[in-house]
Amino acid sequence: MTGKKILAITGAEAAAYAMKQIEPDVVAAYPITPQTPIVEYFAKYVADGEVRTEMIPVESEHSAMSAVVGAAAAGARAMTATSAQGLALMLEIVYIASSLRLPIVMGVVNRALSAPINIHCDHSDAMMARDSGWIQLFCEDVQEVYDLTILAVRLAEHEDVRLPVMVNQDGFILSHGVEPVEVLPDEVVKKFVGELKPIYPLLDTDHPVTYGPLDLYDYYFEHKRQQIEAMKNAYRVFPLIAEEFYKISGRKYNYVEPYRMEDAEYVMVALGSSNGTIKDVVDELREKGKKVGLLKIWMFRPFPKAEIQRYLTARKAIVVLDRAVSFGAEAPLYEAVKSALYEVAARPLVGSFVYGLGGRDLKPEHVRYAFERAMALDLVADKEEYLGLRE
Amino acid sequence: MPLTMKKLAEIFTNRETGLTQGHRMCPGCGAPMTVKIVLMVAKALGYEPVIGFATGCMEVSSTIFPYTSWSVPYIHNAFENVAATISGVEIAYRALKKAGKIPSDKKYAFIAFGGDGGTYDIGLQSLSGALERGHKMLYVLYDNEGYMNTGNQRSGSTPPGADTTTAPVGKLLPGKIQLKKNIVEIVAGHENVYAATVTTGEPMDFINKVEKALQFDGPAFIAALSPCVRYWRMDESKSVDITKLAVQTKYWPLYEVERGVYRVTRKPTSFKPIAEFVKAQGRFRLLLQRPDAEQIINELQQYVDRRWERLLALEEATKDKPIR
Repeated sequence: MTGKKILAITGAEAAAYAMKQIEPDVVAAYPITPQTPIVEYFAKYVADGEVRTEMIPVESEHSAMSAVVGAAAAGARAMTATSAQGLALMLEIVYIASSLRLPIVMGVVNRALSAPINIHCDHSDAMMARDSGWIQLFCEDVQEVYDLTILAVRLAEHEDVRLPVMVNQDGFILSHGVEPVEVLPDEVVKKFVGELKPIYPLLDTDHPVTYGPLDLYDYYFEHKRQQIEAMKNAYRVFPLIAEEFYKISGRKYNYVEPYRMEDAEYVMVALGSSNGTIKDVVDELREKGKKVGLLKIWMFRPFPKAEIQRYLTARKAIVVLDRAVSFGAEAPLYEAVKSALYEVAARPLVGSFVYGLGGRDLKPEHVRYAFERAMALDLVADKEEYLGLRE
Repeated sequence: MPLTMKKLAEIFTNRETGLTQGHRMCPGCGAPMTVKIVLMVAKALGYEPVIGFATGCMEVSSTIFPYTSWSVPYIHNAFENVAATISGVEIAYRALKKAGKIPSDKKYAFIAFGGDGGTYDIGLQSLSGALERGHKMLYVLYDNEGYMNTGNQRSGSTPPGADTTTAPVGKLLPGKIQLKKNIVEIVAGHENVYAATVTTGEPMDFINKVEKALQFDGPAFIAALSPCVRYWRMDESKSVDITKLAVQTKYWPLYEVERGVYRVTRKPTSFKPIAEFVKAQGRFRLLLQRPDAEQIINELQQYVDRRWERLLALEEATKDKPIR
């Protein structure tokens, strides 16, 4: 890796920059805070002729996803980006995109869902879409936004997968925070993503196909089963693509990132940018001789259950941090982790901590507190607790 | 030479229109006739049709998996987004052509079909967005004046007095109170569009307008009055005739608006009263039993008369004054 190029850019610009290098055939998008700069940066690339992408500035997110579905079905590489209410508005078509097996990549700048209206970060939007059949990747920092956006294209388009991918980045924290990002040369990215090989494109009029038929009880179930299998394939294919990406970038991705996990007895599990804060606290506690570690989740869908089980079995206590809730049930990540742990030979104690709703900061003292509770073995599996909340 | 029915019949004796036999639409339904005329004109002019369809009767009846009645590329996405979907297909075409990824000699026709629900109501935003963006597409509305796929509910296109399940003629209310939404005016209010009304009862007018729409440099919109024999409660052999009657009673004037210039394409020398159109259909049966039936029909008559006069005035006023 000679001649490394490092840019000081925000998460939004990193996403747009990756999109520029990918140079998809079509981008259809609608602006929504805090995703807006992605659309703005990309529109400028188009206006300056830096990409040959056709961009449609649609009148709503619903139409953005609809147009992207049309474009992908036509045989184009198509991308979009959204956030919160925008994702909610497009959700109907988000399900259709995955069910039609269209390899769309979408940046999701995570933001709280209304009401009350709040433009800041939490994961309620991503969790709303967690069962939509999209692969969901989460980024800790701006570098990961850039890398995973590029990687997502290959994952989505892999012949055994053919599923859309959401690349999640924390609203404002990443989307508007400037960080140094090592970017790849254009031609390296171009070569890595390659050409899309369309399957059953609408524009092939010599071989006409019918997309989106009426599918009643006699076939719908089988089609859903195929989608389930495609998701399983995504789990298998992801490390292969990550390995290829490692070769061009030197940066290694996997379903999860274990941080100081070797002998860790007390482990935190989290999604997104808060992993950075947790790493700092882990380092600090390690210096004090505490056996703490972090298991960062890169891939939330398909859920890396085997890794969760492998890394968390026989630990003393696990703290799961969620930046979203599930009303009347357990928080989404906690529920998934706890469920995975049911099957392990030596079950650790587990505890659920919800934090950061509507953009509230997760401070080191919150992380420290949660670790202290774990180290005191003061966790109750059935009790949801809150970090940084005025009770 | 312009296309004629005879010419189309000759061309398609041994050639598929794109919509094959065996779809499960009701006998006498206006929708498949509308679709076929559009497809035949497109193909006869050398276009490769690529079809988008909004959720509706026609969509569910023509694509019951594992079968499909479509021998041309077809996509159904959702109820309200066929215009956005086809705009995505059209933009993909532009991108792939620019990148040299598709043959440049193919002449595509991107055609969206939607019923009145998917066009007047839930799909209006998506349609307006696509029109404003200026996609080279043809949007064809088949207007049967109600939500038929879900069983006779009112739509923004349902005329007053028609009996529907969500605006029924009751002891207190005479069915739907409001007039039809004027969709052609809404479409024509966008810049650089071609908008026209057609019916299967006037096929030559229909064919000419499809030809014009396909050749128009920008988005085109065709509204076809398209009877639903079940909801309109009439004999299935009468669905073409009733659209003729709709034209003769000024209920469905045939006209076009090209970049703001109005042209009335059929001017009957004498008109029939709107009551004939109303009385020919069972959906107005309950209205006709009401004591205020005459008053409602009179109001409808006054409305169509005024609209006709207005159309003629617009034709005169906009002559040689295109918006662009």
